[in-house]
Amino acid sequence: MTGRANLLAILIIALAIPAMALAEAAVVDETGQSIAPVELPLPPSDLRVYDSPSDHGGSVSLSWRRSPDDGAGRGLVTGYQILRSDIPEGGFVEVGRTLKGIETFTDKQEVTNGKRYYYRIAAVSAGGLSAEVAAGPVIASQQWFNKKRANLLVVACILVVAIVYYIYLGAKGRDLYIRRIAGLEAVGEAVGRATEMGRPVLFIPGIQDMDNVQTVAGITILGEIAKMTAQYETRLEVPVSRSIVMSTGRETVRQAYLEAGRPDLYSDDMVHYITDEQFGYVAAVDGIMVRERPAACFYLGAFFAESLILAETGSSIGAIQVAGTAMPTQIPFFVAACDYTLIGEELFAASAYLSKDKKMLGSIKGQDAGKAIAAAFIVVGVALVTLATLTGNDVIGEAGAWIKNLFALRM
Amino acid sequence: MKRTIPLLITFAVGLILIIAMFIPHDPFFDMDRNFSIFYDVIAVFAFILGGGNLLRVHLDKVYQKRRDWKYSIVTLTGFFLMLLAGLFKIGVQSTLQNGVVIGHWAGDFQGTGSLFKYLYDCTFQPLQSTMFALLAFFVASASYRAFRAKTIEASILLVAAFVILIRPTPLGYYLTFWLPDPLKFLTISNLSTWILAVPNMVGQRAIMIGIALGIVSTSLRLILGIERGYLGGE
Repeated sequence: MTGRANLLAILIIALAIPAMALAEAAVVDETGQSIAPVELPLPPSDLRVYDSPSDHGGSVSLSWRRSPDDGAGRGLVTGYQILRSDIPEGGFVEVGRTLKGIETFTDKQEVTNGKRYYYRIAAVSAGGLSAEVAAGPVIASQQWFNKKRANLLVVACILVVAIVYYIYLGAKGRDLYIRRIAGLEAVGEAVGRATEMGRPVLFIPGIQDMDNVQTVAGITILGEIAKMTAQYETRLEVPVSRSIVMSTGRETVRQAYLEAGRPDLYSDDMVHYITDEQFGYVAAVDGIMVRERPAACFYLGAFFAESLILAETGSSIGAIQVAGTAMPTQIPFFVAACDYTLIGEELFAASAYLSKDKKMLGSIKGQDAGKAIAAAFIVVGVALVTLATLTGNDVIGEAGAWIKNLFALRM
Repeated sequence: MKRTIPLLITFAVGLILIIAMFIPHDPFFDMDRNFSIFYDVIAVFAFILGGGNLLRVHLDKVYQKRRDWKYSIVTLTGFFLMLLAGLFKIGVQSTLQNGVVIGHWAGDFQGTGSLFKYLYDCTFQPLQSTMFALLAFFVASASYRAFRAKTIEASILLVAAFVILIRPTPLGYYLTFWLPDPLKFLTISNLSTWILAVPNMVGQRAIMIGIALGIVSTSLRLILGIERGYLGGE
């Protein structure tokens, strides 16, 4: 080898050393630590896109099978990215992300009914995104039946059939037994007491408007009580909290006095408006109670915090008090402070009970039939769930879950 | 006729709203909410009837100097004061929003500095709070009358009420904190939680099932026209 070959060898060695240094620098970071090569996860599969069922439109549902690297395999997946476009070739924008382990997504982001959409989904990891999986087109639309409420329809139909059947029996003249309700039996006694003492009867139909079914129930009971006060010539006072309730109450009381043959005793001032404000109303009614000292007070309708204030004031003036509400939180106050309380369904049965109309009594009987059906399902369901817990039997457990889902309300 | 048309309207609207609950397609979607809004609009106009009635009753009382007519003057004064303060936006300042001057008449009648807001905050709110505060005393007086151990059921009610009432107080802790671990379920705190979560919940659920059935029955009576008392006469 000549000096030229030696020079060439030295040149090669001189160039190789920096190249080796550079090669080493490619797998270390600025602190000199080695960096592992980037790994991307495997993509999800079986992407399915479809119009969300039983809705008003504006929604597309997606489902897929998880990436093999999600929770198993290399465990790289941290979530999934969902992309949407109007055309299959491109223009995809992100419309949502999910966490790992999830295999469904609902896209409600400005989805227009009748328009075609295309979707892509990719698994997300710390190193980046997997390959994308595509599906489409899908068109969102409105449905004509909400299948999620099919169970509610079945239950409602059963109840309606039961109630209508007993109304039919009542209309045919069949005698239907209704248990004695102490609070309603006391209505006549209360009005009679007021008549004997020469003091007025006070009726409060709740503090809600006529769009509340409890107020409607209260007003119909007012009609029955007004007939009694007309017959006994007892003064009736009905301060109300809503203007429409005032108008309806006046019509009801006027008609009651007419039917009792005493239209001369009726006056529009019997039913008068106070205020919509809750505590302003109860302050005014308390003032009426303390000044007028009614001998009988009826609280029949929807009440809130003012219920105890009314009941205690009525108790302090020595009035006989009959209350009825379907507000579960107020029932205990009325039970503690009033002489008689109509609990929940008894308020709705009151107008039928007082009128003694056979068709209306039939509806109470139908209501009771509905309660019997509900009680039967509760007993069977509790027995199944208890047995499933004790025995660990899956079939019994599923049967119990089926009954539970039968009455579940899905929005 | 006076009764027939309202009955037909009640039947048609009732049926449509029931059907709308199961049909998410237009025009049934959100129909119940829309009808509710329609009702609220009508109720606002109906306030003229109520307000007019209030004025008539109290003016009549003052004019004829019936018993306690002086209270009616207070009512009428409050009514007109709030009405005029809100209607004429007394005290409402002009403001600058996004470079646009919002004048007195375009301002919010409950805005800062307005007489309406001042009266609301300084008279109405304290009065409202006072009425609400009365509940504390009424709960005590109602409890004193109701919780008497005359029967077994009343005694159980008394014990349960005692446990619930005493739980948030220091006495509730000190009474039973010393119980050993096997008897920890008898501490006031645990007993109170159990009473609210089990027997109380059972009773509430039973009442709510009954209420739901009662509402179905009443609604059916109204829709079918069997219940007509609210309509008045011919």
